[in-house]
Amino acid sequence: MKLSLPLLFDIPAPGSSFTDLLKTLGYTASLDIGGGAESLRTPEGTTVLALRFQGGVVMIGDRQATEGNQVAHREIRKVFPADLFSAVAIAGTAGLAIEMVRLFQVELEHYEKIEGSRLSLEGKATFLARLVRSQLPMAFQGLFVVPLFAGYDLLSGRGRLYTYDVVGGRYEENNFGSTGSGASLAKSYLRANFAENFTAEQAVDVGVGALVSAAQEDTATGGPDLRRGIFPTVLVIDSDGVKELSDTEVRPAAEKAVENIR
Amino acid sequence: MTFPMYVAPEQVVREKSEFARKGIARGRSIAAIEYADGVLLLAENPSTALKKISEVYDRIAFAGVGRYNEFELLRKAGIRQADLMGYLYSRDDVNAQAVATMFSEALGAIFSREPKPYEVEVLIAEVGDPNRLYRISYDGTLFDERRVAAIGGKAEVLAENLRKAWKEGLDVEAALAIGKEAFRVAEGRESEGWEAAVLDRTNGRRAFRRLQLSE
Repeated sequence: MKLSLPLLFDIPAPGSSFTDLLKTLGYTASLDIGGGAESLRTPEGTTVLALRFQGGVVMIGDRQATEGNQVAHREIRKVFPADLFSAVAIAGTAGLAIEMVRLFQVELEHYEKIEGSRLSLEGKATFLARLVRSQLPMAFQGLFVVPLFAGYDLLSGRGRLYTYDVVGGRYEENNFGSTGSGASLAKSYLRANFAENFTAEQAVDVGVGALVSAAQEDTATGGPDLRRGIFPTVLVIDSDGVKELSDTEVRPAAEKAVENIR
Repeated sequence: MTFPMYVAPEQVVREKSEFARKGIARGRSIAAIEYADGVLLLAENPSTALKKISEVYDRIAFAGVGRYNEFELLRKAGIRQADLMGYLYSRDDVNAQAVATMFSEALGAIFSREPKPYEVEVLIAEVGDPNRLYRISYDGTLFDERRVAAIGGKAEVLAENLRKAWKEGLDVEAALAIGKEAFRVAEGRESEGWEAAVLDRTNGRRAFRRLQLSE
């Protein structure tokens, strides 16, 4: 006999995953869009990057989303705290990516509440890979999401970061990583300017510099807009957790980076 | 052909209630006390590994007494419901009443249909303006409490003691003190260990924090 209990009480145990719960309950809309998505124009996020410093990792993203050759949003947010000790940044189809981040945030908190303990940093990174892979059918339609994940690893006591590809491949990066349209430009800049013994402030300066440098050649990447007061999102993650820098704190680094352009 | 023996519903309910009450009476109690900045949850719990108090959502917490596996099922269902509502709509749309009602429905259905009722009592607390305290008993009865609430074997005398000692505008230390004293009087002995947590409105989005009591 099947009891007519409230839904969430009577389902076959979906473990501690919120994503699996959504699936069990049939909330994950199957997006069978067939062909023709290449002609779909949706806002796309551009360059985000992360780099390590002594004692943690910083994550930086520009604020622009483009739709073809047009600016779709000037002040979009692409770097988000995932939980107390990690952050996720996105590139690709903005609508799908922002939804993925929202699910990822709920997933981490859900696990923490159900299990009474936090996932390890590596556990979080692995789960994010699964979310990216679940978008693979959409990627074949031209709608892709490629995140960047970074956090403070409480087990090893240092900052770590991971890059992904569209099929859900997860790659741990030693020092820095970037994804999005201006990623290769940002990485060249980071490769030339990165040092192992960076303080958080130096890492922010170099990271913002890399973003500005990428914006010079990649038209989709938005550099700091000093006139409108639009600055990159900067998150600093260390043993105290995730801290977002205010516009006033980012401004000096942004001004310096813009001044250094030749 | 054999017919099942007729048993009067009054008798079924009475016997199931007795059974559930006996189970709950064996366990230790939990108290909820409103203070100036939120709600304190205090449980007598000698185990440091098995928890009776848990976070459910930004402003909502759960506490359960009785059989561990049974209130654990309720706790998880509560977290699932809250996270689901918050994800599908908005974090602002999650409230304690919806969670308490779900528990009430589940426990009510189990009590009337299952051969063995759940031997649990649960408490749902929410910090807000005003704070909310809901108590749900083994048969699904839902109580809406003010200022203080208690569940478990010694719930009645514990709540009575708390009501007498409670004052407007307590700070968290004072709330802890009257909570511990109420337990001592109700149980007639010293505690074997505490589990305590607060829902404090000064904690930011997630109001839940466990307290480490040095005793």
